[in-house]
Amino acid sequence: MPVRMRTALVPSATLPLAACAGRQSALDPQGLQSGEIFHTLSVFLIVAALVWIAVVIVLGLSMLRRKRAADQPLALHQPFERASGRVIFVLGLATLVIVLGLSIVSYAGQRTVFAKVENALTLKIIGHQWWWEVRYEDDSPARSFVTANEIRIPAGKPVKVELESADVIHSFWVPSLTGKMDLITGQKNELQFTAKNAGVYRGQCAEFCGLQHAHMAFAVLALPPDEFGRWRDHENESARDPADQLGRLGEQLFRARGCALCHSIRGTLAGGQLGPDLTHVGSRTTVAAGTLPMSPATLAAWIADPQHIKPGNYMPKMPLQSDELIAILHYLEQLK
Amino acid sequence: MSIVAEQRELRDDALNGLQLSTRLENLWRTPSGFFGALASVDHKVVGRRYIVTAFVFLLLGGVLAVLMRVQLAGPEKTFLSADKYDQIFTMHGSTMMFLFAVPVMEAFAVYLVPLMVGTRNIAFPRLNAFSYWMFLFGGCFLWISFMLNVGPDVGWFAYVPLSSLQYTPTKRPDVWAQMITFTEVAALAVSVEIVVTVFKLRAPGMTLDRIPLFVWAMLVTSFLVMFAMPSIMVASTSLILDRLVNTRFYDSSSGGHPLLWQHLFWFFGHPEVYIIFIPGTGMVSMILATFARRPVIGYPVVILSLIATGFLSFGLWVHHMFVTGLPQLGAGLFTASSMLIAVPSGLQIFCWLATLWDGRPVYRTPLLFVLGFIVIFVIGGLSGVMVASVPIDTQVHDTYFVVAHFHYVLIGGAVFPLIGAVYYWFPKIAGRMLSERLGRWHFWLAFVGFNVAFFPMHILGLIGMPRRVYTYTADMDWAHLNLLSSAGAAIFAISFALLLVNAIHSLRSGALAGDNPWDASTLEWATTSPPPPQNFDRIPIVKHRDPLWFDNESLPVVAGLSVERREVLMTSLAEAEPQVREASPEPSIWPLLTAIATTVFFIGSIFTPWAVLWGTPPMAVTLIGWFWPSGSKEDEE
Ligand code: HEM
Ligand SMILES: [Cu+2]
Repeated sequence: MPVRMRTALVPSATLPLAACAGRQSALDPQGLQSGEIFHTLSVFLIVAALVWIAVVIVLGLSMLRRKRAADQPLALHQPFERASGRVIFVLGLATLVIVLGLSIVSYAGQRTVFAKVENALTLKIIGHQWWWEVRYEDDSPARSFVTANEIRIPAGKPVKVELESADVIHSFWVPSLTGKMDLITGQKNELQFTAKNAGVYRGQCAEFCGLQHAHMAFAVLALPPDEFGRWRDHENESARDPADQLGRLGEQLFRARGCALCHSIRGTLAGGQLGPDLTHVGSRTTVAAGTLPMSPATLAAWIADPQHIKPGNYMPKMPLQSDELIAILHYLEQLK
Repeated sequence: MSIVAEQRELRDDALNGLQLSTRLENLWRTPSGFFGALASVDHKVVGRRYIVTAFVFLLLGGVLAVLMRVQLAGPEKTFLSADKYDQIFTMHGSTMMFLFAVPVMEAFAVYLVPLMVGTRNIAFPRLNAFSYWMFLFGGCFLWISFMLNVGPDVGWFAYVPLSSLQYTPTKRPDVWAQMITFTEVAALAVSVEIVVTVFKLRAPGMTLDRIPLFVWAMLVTSFLVMFAMPSIMVASTSLILDRLVNTRFYDSSSGGHPLLWQHLFWFFGHPEVYIIFIPGTGMVSMILATFARRPVIGYPVVILSLIATGFLSFGLWVHHMFVTGLPQLGAGLFTASSMLIAVPSGLQIFCWLATLWDGRPVYRTPLLFVLGFIVIFVIGGLSGVMVASVPIDTQVHDTYFVVAHFHYVLIGGAVFPLIGAVYYWFPKIAGRMLSERLGRWHFWLAFVGFNVAFFPMHILGLIGMPRRVYTYTADMDWAHLNLLSSAGAAIFAISFALLLVNAIHSLRSGALAGDNPWDASTLEWATTSPPPPQNFDRIPIVKHRDPLWFDNESLPVVAGLSVERREVLMTSLAEAEPQVREASPEPSIWPLLTAIATTVFFIGSIFTPWAVLWGTPPMAVTLIGWFWPSGSKEDEE
């Protein structure tokens, strides 16, 4: 499809649709890829609307048409039969042409969306029931670290995510940045995207993955590149030692009460591998994979009874006294 | 013995009208009493049961749909737990696809095809009875499991590894996998019967280009069933083997692959949609011709479109897998081939529009549903073209956009024609008319309710709502559209209650229908309503595509069939020239017993692989009973 047509069509489509912008909307593209997909979608939508309107008009006219006298029970007109044969043939051809045209538009969009980008920041994302493991890997192990449920990227720079699954099939989807891609056991998929502007974009698992599929979201924070650099340097550091007595108690309880069986905190003895890494948990924006916004209250509610917030998830309710809970909470909040 | 054989048996040409009907009626009647009814092999009796059962499943699936819509009507509702919601959407999808949509189309075919082609019974009537029992038992098995809280909960496509033993250790996926096998056995049996009935039992003179369009549609559908269903049987059997005896078909850690499941599933699952939709188009063609008062324009075009749709539907399964990381070029080609299917579908729609244009439409309820079908289905088809595009699909796949799309296709493309068909053929089946006034109310509520329920889902999907989520938070901006959608679903559900009321009322006190209340043109209207057990006193001879319109006097008939034993007339494949008189089986209880034995075998095998050993002897015994030669009656299949 010629580019001219696309640019001519798009603004008219954008206006009514842009009103539908939401927190994770394909209609409010904020990335290079999602923008390209939005163009393709707009062309399809317009063609579809025109075709549908044409059909409905013909249907309406055929119903309104004044028909010949009603004396004969059957209406049969040989000439009409022949003429309509020709019309049907032409319309069939037109359908074919439209369909081929749309295929070409689609393929052009597909090539742009999946074009390989050079020098992309590469992350590895591993889907778990029901949270996201995010690995920032680097040639030097000292500059590699793991985090969870939140992806920070430099705005305006291409990013490549390598997708894998630790259990069932999940699907990585940030509609405002690009379309989705599945995470499949035993297979490595990848997806690339570029956020045009700094901002927070919500993403969500799109493939049904069991009980808490509804609560498997994440946040993508696109930061200005130098801020991203600073964040990365900071994130790369191990957890800071707790600053006060209560915090130190919290750290001990974290291990003594079994939290460390599943969670790691870099720089401490906590090295569990089953749950999200908590090294800098205090600086994340959500609790429980996008389920609740991060705050002392929500974090406390989660630790006190994770099964209440996300029934069926794999974090058990730990037997904690309320003063123990306060200490652990105090400790985690300091992990910024 | 030999003397008897040499005597010329009594033929229908020796009897006059009334004598003949009484004699044939006694010969073909379903035996009286409870056990007699269970033994029936009359395609009309079985077909009626099949239709009613499928509608009961529609009702059950519909109740689940309403429950889901209640849960989703607002953010963070706690009406259903996550666990219940997962079971409910899986049960809804499985019930609608496997226990309603496919069976109901086959049920209509079981009832109508033999009448439309002018024969006395379907081919293999005992297999037909068996098929119904298998369907009934499979459906009950699934629903009883659900009531006992073992309803499947991994989606109607049960993707591995989620449905594997490791991630779903309960019996739920086993129940699902065995239910598949039940319904596939039933569906395969019916499609074999339909193909043979259409190929060999057509009335003399019904050449290939005189076959009614619904029959053509069912013929194509039957072939689709025969080619698509084995794939899902392989898939679900491998799944159950993985789960029960520890094979590794889908386990990527030991050389299997989860995508194998998806390929097998969608190689069946895509044609499945057409298995539901093509019969719908057949119904549309029949209803449209009758109420536009003229034959459908472009009869050969419609048939070629049906066949082309059937072929193409096998080439498209990959468009369900665009986001699984397939090679990009291949995915691009599947885009083109998927969109290509718009061409035959489009051609059919153009033919129908031309027919309406040239006809003199009579706006009765069945036609209203067909008009509604065109308006809705075109939207579903066009959103299908969008979903077929790789870049667009990466956004809308597994979102409510897709939920909207396939409900426009399934409800618009199949349920609307089907409801039209209910209004259209009810008089033939029940002998009484449905109320026109209630019918119109039903149509308008259904049309409005449907669109209010499903149109907003397109937008919901585009603004980010994934499907199969049991809840969402208030800050996602999805609440208003969801509430609207739930309100629409309620209206839609109420409209179906009207159909129920209408049917019950009409069965008791509807106006008597007479043989041909709509002044239609095909053979099922050439007999009484409801038809007698023998369908036709004398087999008609067909000289036109629309015999009741163009054979101005009475239909010519064949003479010479036996009135001492059940006989059908076999004709040649293309020209439908009479070939032989063929015995048609007597009623028998064995198909039921065989189905019971098979059910025990299938269900047992969920719990122990040993069921394969102890489950087969009863099946063998019942099958021997079924096929036991019964003296001189020559009624084996
Ligand atoms: C009252 C009418 C109906 C309503 C309100 C309705 C509603 C829904 C909803 C809300 C879902 C999405 C569940 C989710 O993704 O969380 C769904 C799924 C589905 N529906 Fe319907 N539906 C209706 C009728 C039908 C009919 C007639 C059919 C088929 C002929 C059908 C086939 C399906 C299928 C196959 C699924 C997918 C299930 C899955 O994801 O495993 N529905 N329906
Ligand atoms: Cu997931």
